[in-house]
Amino acid sequence: MIEVKDLHKYFGALHVLKGIDLTVQKGEVLSVIGASGSGKSTLLYCINALETIEQGEVIVDGVSVHAKSTDINKLRQNLGMVFQQWNSFPHLTATENVALAPKIVSGKSRQEAREIAVKQLEHVGLGDKLDVYPSALSGGQQQRLAIARALAMEPDYMLFDEATSALDPELVGEVLDTMRLLAEEGMTMICVTHEMGFARDVSDRVAYFHQGMMEEIGPPAQIFGEAQSEQTRKFLANVR
Amino acid sequence: MDYTFHWRPVFRALPDLLDAGLLTMEVAILSMVIGIVTGLLLALARLTGAAPLRWFATTWIEVARNTPALFQLFFFGFGLGAFGIHLSPYFIVLVGLSFNNAGYLAENFRGGFQAVPPTQLRAARSLGMTATQAYVRIIIPQVLRIVYHPMTNHMVWAVLMSSLGMLVGFRELSGETQFFASKTFRIFEYFAVTAVIYYVIVKVILALSRLIGWRLFRY
Amino acid sequence: MNATTSFFTGFQFSDLGFLAEAAGRTLLISVISVAAGTVMGCIFGWALQAGRWWIEITLGLVLDAFRSVPLIIQLILFFNFFPLVGLPLNPFFSGAIILSFYTSALVANVARGGIEAVGVPMRRAARSLGMTYWQDMRYVVWPIGLRAVFPSWVGVALSVVKDSALVSVLGYVELLRASQILITRTQEPFIILALAGAFYFALSYPLSQYSARLESRWKS
Repeated sequence: MIEVKDLHKYFGALHVLKGIDLTVQKGEVLSVIGASGSGKSTLLYCINALETIEQGEVIVDGVSVHAKSTDINKLRQNLGMVFQQWNSFPHLTATENVALAPKIVSGKSRQEAREIAVKQLEHVGLGDKLDVYPSALSGGQQQRLAIARALAMEPDYMLFDEATSALDPELVGEVLDTMRLLAEEGMTMICVTHEMGFARDVSDRVAYFHQGMMEEIGPPAQIFGEAQSEQTRKFLANVR
Repeated sequence: MDYTFHWRPVFRALPDLLDAGLLTMEVAILSMVIGIVTGLLLALARLTGAAPLRWFATTWIEVARNTPALFQLFFFGFGLGAFGIHLSPYFIVLVGLSFNNAGYLAENFRGGFQAVPPTQLRAARSLGMTATQAYVRIIIPQVLRIVYHPMTNHMVWAVLMSSLGMLVGFRELSGETQFFASKTFRIFEYFAVTAVIYYVIVKVILALSRLIGWRLFRY
Repeated sequence: MNATTSFFTGFQFSDLGFLAEAAGRTLLISVISVAAGTVMGCIFGWALQAGRWWIEITLGLVLDAFRSVPLIIQLILFFNFFPLVGLPLNPFFSGAIILSFYTSALVANVARGGIEAVGVPMRRAARSLGMTYWQDMRYVVWPIGLRAVFPSWVGVALSVVKDSALVSVLGYVELLRASQILITRTQEPFIILALAGAFYFALSYPLSQYSARLESRWKS
């Protein structure tokens, strides 16, 4: 379970997150929507402590993420993250990309790490690209590689930061399919996304962020059908 | 032109010259290895270090880049004498070249670090890697590729610079040539042959580094 | 008088004049070589870019040799070669000639890079407007190419200033040679080297900073 309590985040004088309260249950898929600059990506970075926070608390499975005593590197293994810019490691082959962290972070043997890598690459449909360097992969394939890389740490949670925003339109589908597959397998996911179709069809709940605050949260039917907030309705009217 | 060239004494000295050529290579390669390690540290210090460390690195880099290499050799040669430190010619050249290499390479590395997207570090950290693991496994290999070409050029430069050893009494290829030339007064012939040897050394280094680069960076 | 009776004498105020004069000689030979080398280098660079294949290959090989043999060897070699062909030149002239050719080899690469930086489409566009080859060179290639490679040229010029110290091997008393002479006499290496180093630094550092700033400004 991920619990976010009264979370405040500043970039200098800029107040990006203004008191977020949010709970994500095991097995749940949460989509976070909202305009750019609404703080939704920052929320993800705060959850796995790639950003510091100024006030409040993030608790993952009972462990306070930002506490000094927390072994953040250990915690992050349980929180897979996929970025907008897919960030595949260009100097490593697909298999090496995926196998590196199991090997040096979880201390798996070379053989084990490779087996995990092959399994996860097949999982995301890259079983035929094992020894290819990222430069020879399309954007969509690189993004699936990034998903496999995160899955290789066997995380309980996956955080997606606009995983399809940087892709050419014709490549968006394959990545969304992979995310859908994970959701069906019961992965707990927080997806910051601009894909309203995905948010509506795949998520259990949808949260709408506006100017650093969570304006509204509820099942897709509520958000897309009978949104309670005027802001939410306005936003959705514009994106559709 | 009533001068007759005498090449025979030069050819008789050729084995000695080639030996000295090996010494040139040795000093150049060693100074590159030291320069790469030191240059990496200087670049990191300049990019991320605390103020005094940053200041130290910046001074080193700027002095190395903005004064003649010969000045730097003189400094390690007799400038240090003011503090009672006297290095042998071999070490004057090795230390001087390493100092110079480190300064130039540090700037290359700094550019390399800035060319690797900062999101790479984030991605690595998000997988649970420590900062050190992320640097060693993800960032530095990419930096090395970016700076590989300028680095091979600098390797050539290190070979050429080592010829300054002649002026501080070191008998690498140039020093050895001068030694023979001054014994026989066949200055032109000796230095012509030495020029050819340098040319060959440089070409061999460039060919080798291309081969190594081709093996190393397949992506 | 003292200087002749005792071998070692301390660093004196008048020695500053000696150093300043030598610094002037460093500047003189550098400026001449950079100027001549730049003119020749631009011509060579153009020939490399626009010349027939055999010009490109021969010129390329010759210029590459200048960059693949230590400057100090080149200096000694040609200084000893000139008299053999009946052209005994003093150290200054030999030094300036060789340094100019050495500079031209470095500038040629820069110049060629500048011409290539302009790109074929832009030049086709210029020619399609009815410009002659030389008009295209003058009004399109020159201003754009210059901008692209000016910072590299500053780098070359500064490296020639520093490399000019090597002409001392021919007996030309430039700044470093003068420092060496003074050090032998005064046995005060630290202060004298510090002065010499400070001179080079004061010349090179501001210019290299300036060109780095230009480069980053022009890039964006």
